[in-house]
Amino acid sequence: MVELSDYSGLNPTWCPGCGNFGILKALNSALVELNIEPHRLLLVSGIGQAGKLPHYTSGNIFNSLHGRPVPPAIGAKIANRELVVVAISGDGDAYGEGGNHFIHACRRNHDITYLVHDNQVYGLTKGQASPTSDTGFVTKTTPSGAAPPINPVTLAIAAGATFVSRGFAGDAEHLTDLIKKGINHKGFALIDILQPCVSFNQKNTFQWYRQRVYKLPEGGEYDPADKAAALGKAQEWGDKIPIGVIYRQEAPTYEDQIPALAGAPLVTREISPAQVENVITEFL
Amino acid sequence: MPVDINFLVGGEAGQGVQSAGFLLAKAMSRAGYHVFADQDYESRIRGGHNFFRARIKDGRVGAVREDVDILVALNKETIDLHLPELAAGGVAIYDGETIADAGADKRLFSVPLEKLAGERLMANTVALGAALALIDYDPAMLDIVLSGYFREGKVAEGNIAAARAGYEHVMKGYAGKRRALKTVVTGRRMLLTGNDAICLGAIAAGCKFMAAYPMTPAGSIMEYLAAKSGELGIVMVHAEDEIAAVNMTIGAGYAGVRAMTATSGSGFCLMVEGLGLAGITETPVVMIDAQRPGPAVGLPTRTEQGDLQFVLHAHHGDFPRAVLAPRNVEDAFGVTIRAFNWAEKYQLPVIILTDHHLATSYATVEPFEIGGVNIERGLIYRGEGAPEKYRRHEVTKSGVSPRAFPGLSRALVVTDCDEHDEAGHLTEDAATRTAQVQKRLRKMVGLKQEISRPFTYGRKKAETSLIGWGSTGGAIQEAVDILRREGRSVNMLQLNELWPFPTAAVSDVLGVATNTYVIESNATGQLARLIKTETGRDVSGKILRFDGRPLTPAFIAEAAKKEGC
Repeated sequence: MVELSDYSGLNPTWCPGCGNFGILKALNSALVELNIEPHRLLLVSGIGQAGKLPHYTSGNIFNSLHGRPVPPAIGAKIANRELVVVAISGDGDAYGEGGNHFIHACRRNHDITYLVHDNQVYGLTKGQASPTSDTGFVTKTTPSGAAPPINPVTLAIAAGATFVSRGFAGDAEHLTDLIKKGINHKGFALIDILQPCVSFNQKNTFQWYRQRVYKLPEGGEYDPADKAAALGKAQEWGDKIPIGVIYRQEAPTYEDQIPALAGAPLVTREISPAQVENVITEFL
Repeated sequence: MPVDINFLVGGEAGQGVQSAGFLLAKAMSRAGYHVFADQDYESRIRGGHNFFRARIKDGRVGAVREDVDILVALNKETIDLHLPELAAGGVAIYDGETIADAGADKRLFSVPLEKLAGERLMANTVALGAALALIDYDPAMLDIVLSGYFREGKVAEGNIAAARAGYEHVMKGYAGKRRALKTVVTGRRMLLTGNDAICLGAIAAGCKFMAAYPMTPAGSIMEYLAAKSGELGIVMVHAEDEIAAVNMTIGAGYAGVRAMTATSGSGFCLMVEGLGLAGITETPVVMIDAQRPGPAVGLPTRTEQGDLQFVLHAHHGDFPRAVLAPRNVEDAFGVTIRAFNWAEKYQLPVIILTDHHLATSYATVEPFEIGGVNIERGLIYRGEGAPEKYRRHEVTKSGVSPRAFPGLSRALVVTDCDEHDEAGHLTEDAATRTAQVQKRLRKMVGLKQEISRPFTYGRKKAETSLIGWGSTGGAIQEAVDILRREGRSVNMLQLNELWPFPTAAVSDVLGVATNTYVIESNATGQLARLIKTETGRDVSGKILRFDGRPLTPAFIAEAAKKEGC
């Protein structure tokens, strides 16, 4: 059995009280509860404080460029479909630098889970506005206030993602459950995680979020398969912020639809130069 | 008398210039002739002026020639532009019923292409039959070629009938203009483009993953491998952009499959970020840059060798890479296999530089020998020792650390685009940084040993040496023949491995010849600059072409003479 001690790593360099600690705890718990051994796991992260997370736990790790964790995660998943692939970003990484990769990964429905640590600010570069900063958020790069934010949940549903959810770093238990659901989901699973930045975001604090977040009811009261209702729920932001699975549908994954991927993982297949002989005859 | 016939099929986009030209080349290849054919087209879907040149010889041919023996003009513009290119004894076929104002040139022969076709769509096939009748081509062989191309059914039957109609029209009406060729069938050769040869090389090398974004002239590589995906077990992902393409390719390479991407110069610009990622994470990846004239969009459907200095230096920081440039279609197969081997053996990005001319030109090549294909995957960790002791970036004497594949053993494969320690975890420790940089750069020592002697042609001692790289190999070789026939003392050196640079081989040539000229399809002589930095020597001169058109033997020979060769 996998134990929490299997998911220990380097000591985090995050600020004391950072929302990332809750996310790390929830991810480790989810991996243990799903009994995923570290060598079966691939964590692909970007750059930012979120991107450091893989080093503070365990697994195969590909710490990628800023904005780019999703494409190598896709390449690795196709190379070895047996890997559990989790991509990890911050809001700048996912929705700014990596915006194009994000919408197309949603659309193609790759079978990976995407954790976005959404603290509505750039932390590692010390406090500039991010794509999800609230309207009017004043920073050194937005002295007149930030432009209206991207709504990642709406964007993901519109782009065709098949699992769209929002978690809160201040509720690790709920987040653990979301991450488990995301990993178990066949297809692209977004978990946008409200993550207070204790150093650079004095507006969207733990307290601010705690006063607003509420858990979407499960078991029939809220139906995440209803796309129109989900888009409506995704718009809710302000006095009340829903967390939980906002949208979910079953659909074939990208990988399921590639005939070449039927059978053993690509990485285990032998290299056979003789394979080219049949093709050569076409050119004669 | 040796056979050397140059066909040119011209018309506007949508008239079937490419298919008629290809079928002509295919027909001549099937009859046993050697063929070299290039394509000249504009960046548009309909209209404009396009042509397809197919040069036929009974011996090896590696370049196009400007003067035309048999011109097939599918529109008036082709007559206007290419009639002046007709060689002595040359003839032109056109449709006098649809082109009334062709003029009174005696070399023009009208064949009612559209009327014989019954519909405009197959006029190009009628023209094909007519052109082949001018050399008394075997009509039964033409039927076989058309059946093979159009497969079975009504389309094939219609085209066979159309070709036959054009063929018979010429056989009846132009007895005096025909030139019978001896049949030279000697066994089947392949007829393929540089891009095709790269695809075959990738398949033979065991490439299992490609991600790319469509871009001329690299697009046919992704299309071909996508079409073969199910049959060969190769996944081709049409990515959202070139940044995604290179990063997906790197992800697949990290996970342990042979992976590549292909683009042109401005797509490579977007991939430069990923190039360094492959460098610092020591991930094997093959990147094809099919060059076209830049900067920016430049001349999108034309040729240039303008990216050499760019790919040598692309990305920030110091890390090892390899740059290869196949010198012809045949060479592209072997170079591609070498690229995959080097990428894995030395765990670095390998760039293959082709260009529009090589990527899209057809050549006849003897069927590739599979027996000689050697797969070298380099050092691989297969579960030796305790898995917790595995360190992806272990500092070794060669600089190469055994690769483990995530998920295939209990060893964890950890890497980072930040500087990292041996275990792959990010660090800012000064000593570790120094050790990792040195470790990565040490891989070049081994890689340098892999460099082979470059291709040379002509006597070892000559007054003049022509030095080229990549796709110009065939044109320079024929230019050497032209100049030697005129009594000049000339030889050549053609580089297909550019980085690590073959310093010794190039220095040898520079030390012997009185005059040394680089021949390049760019405006500044990028190879000349590389030679200077690597050997300390200057060349005597540069023969450059950068109008987007391919270097030809006659162009090179004339320019060399002007230089004083």
